[in-house]
Amino acid sequence: MIELSNLSKAFGANHVLRGVNLEINKGTSMVIIGGSGTGKSVLLKCILGLVSPDAGTITLDGRDVTQQDRDAFLARFGMLFQGGALFDSLPVWQNVAFRLLRGSLKRPKAEAREIAIEKLRRVGLTPDVADRFPAELSGGMQKRVGLARAIAAEPEIIFFDEPTTGLDPIMAGVINDLIREIVTEMGATAMTITHDMSSVRAIADNVAMLHGGKIRWTGPVSQLDHSGDAHVDQFIHGRAEGPIEAVR
Amino acid sequence: MALLQALGALGRATLALLAAIGRVTLFALSAVSHMVRPPFYGRELAVALLNIGWLSLPVVGLTAVFTGAALALQIYSGGARFSAEAVVPQIVAIGMVRELGPVLVGLMIAARVTSSIAAEIATMKVTEQIDALTTLSTNPMKYLVAPRVLAALIVVPLLVAVGDVIGVFGGFAVATGSLGFNPASYLKNTVDFLEPLDVLSSLAKGCAFGGIAATMGCYFGMNSGRGAQGVGRATKGSVEAAAILILAANFVLTGVFFSL
Repeated sequence: MIELSNLSKAFGANHVLRGVNLEINKGTSMVIIGGSGTGKSVLLKCILGLVSPDAGTITLDGRDVTQQDRDAFLARFGMLFQGGALFDSLPVWQNVAFRLLRGSLKRPKAEAREIAIEKLRRVGLTPDVADRFPAELSGGMQKRVGLARAIAAEPEIIFFDEPTTGLDPIMAGVINDLIREIVTEMGATAMTITHDMSSVRAIADNVAMLHGGKIRWTGPVSQLDHSGDAHVDQFIHGRAEGPIEAVR
Repeated sequence: MALLQALGALGRATLALLAAIGRVTLFALSAVSHMVRPPFYGRELAVALLNIGWLSLPVVGLTAVFTGAALALQIYSGGARFSAEAVVPQIVAIGMVRELGPVLVGLMIAARVTSSIAAEIATMKVTEQIDALTTLSTNPMKYLVAPRVLAALIVVPLLVAVGDVIGVFGGFAVATGSLGFNPASYLKNTVDFLEPLDVLSSLAKGCAFGGIAATMGCYFGMNSGRGAQGVGRATKGSVEAAAILILAANFVLTGVFFSL
């Protein structure tokens, strides 16, 4: 279980997180929703240690993440970045097998390539993509390669940062379905940040809304339409009028 | 009041400069510490050696040959004013090996390599590739910075040595081809006049300039701002900083080798 307690983070005078409290149970899929610039990505980066919180604690299975061995901690995670974040200088298969080619999870090159091709196949890409470079792929294909890289080392926890941003609705649907299938079949804990409501309904077991630096509402996705919270209602229905200011 | 404001601005600028020097020093020390601690990324080191060393040879060679040739012409015409034309081989050799070879190679490396490293790493930062490396249990300082700085420390002195030889050859070609010098006596004068300390100082300067060039590229890349503007600023800042530091280090090293 991942538990965030009173997490705060400011960049200068901009207080992005103002005491976030959230629990993500093992094997469940949590989706964090919220407007642009509300700190969703910062929240995720705090958990991964890419950004240091100013206050609060993050625990994984009851242990403070700052007290754990960093490599062992990161080895439990997979992450799909918003823009894919694929390494331009490496062919697709080496991107996917990056973790399997170095460090504690290192395997023989041939085995790592085989695993990479299997993961590419799992996300709907043919083996001929393996030797191409990221710049030669479309946006949708890059997302799939990013997804294959996120699952290559069979992580226990997978983070998805805006997985459908920039994709057409059909490709967005394909990526959402893939995420749902993969998370279910791997039994992984998933945390997704998005403002795409179709992603929320396809991926989430539970939803949390981040607004004003705090978790405004959290609950099962089945209750999202009956949250009783005006902020959540405005956000999920995409209304310009409501408590959330359109100009932020 | 105006004086206080001016003093305040000066104080802030001084503090900012000292803070920047501190950050760069800590960054360089971190890079060195990652060079000597495993894991080592041999492939990245090999790629950096190729990019910084082998692929810089044409620009280094052309710069050195034209500089050596121009130097021979200048010394011949300038020396003619006081009947000292015969010193062309000695002055070309000492000028190229002690000063122009290392400095020009250093500045060429700053233009070619520092800018390329800064732009590449800054683009990686902007596109979250640096974050991706971290989440894949790979330290960016170890994977991106240490191999580039180590490669520059190894290969730039070699480039300087090549530049020195080609520069001397440029002077030799002009002196023997159009100024009427005897080839055998030109080479003998060159070899006899140069001392081991001249060559040692040249290689030491190459090592220092290579370290400065790669470190500045990595530092500005890793600390780049957002977007295309951030990448542009990082690239520009890295070349400016590298060039100024190379010229300053040249002054200090020249003092260390030849004035003390």
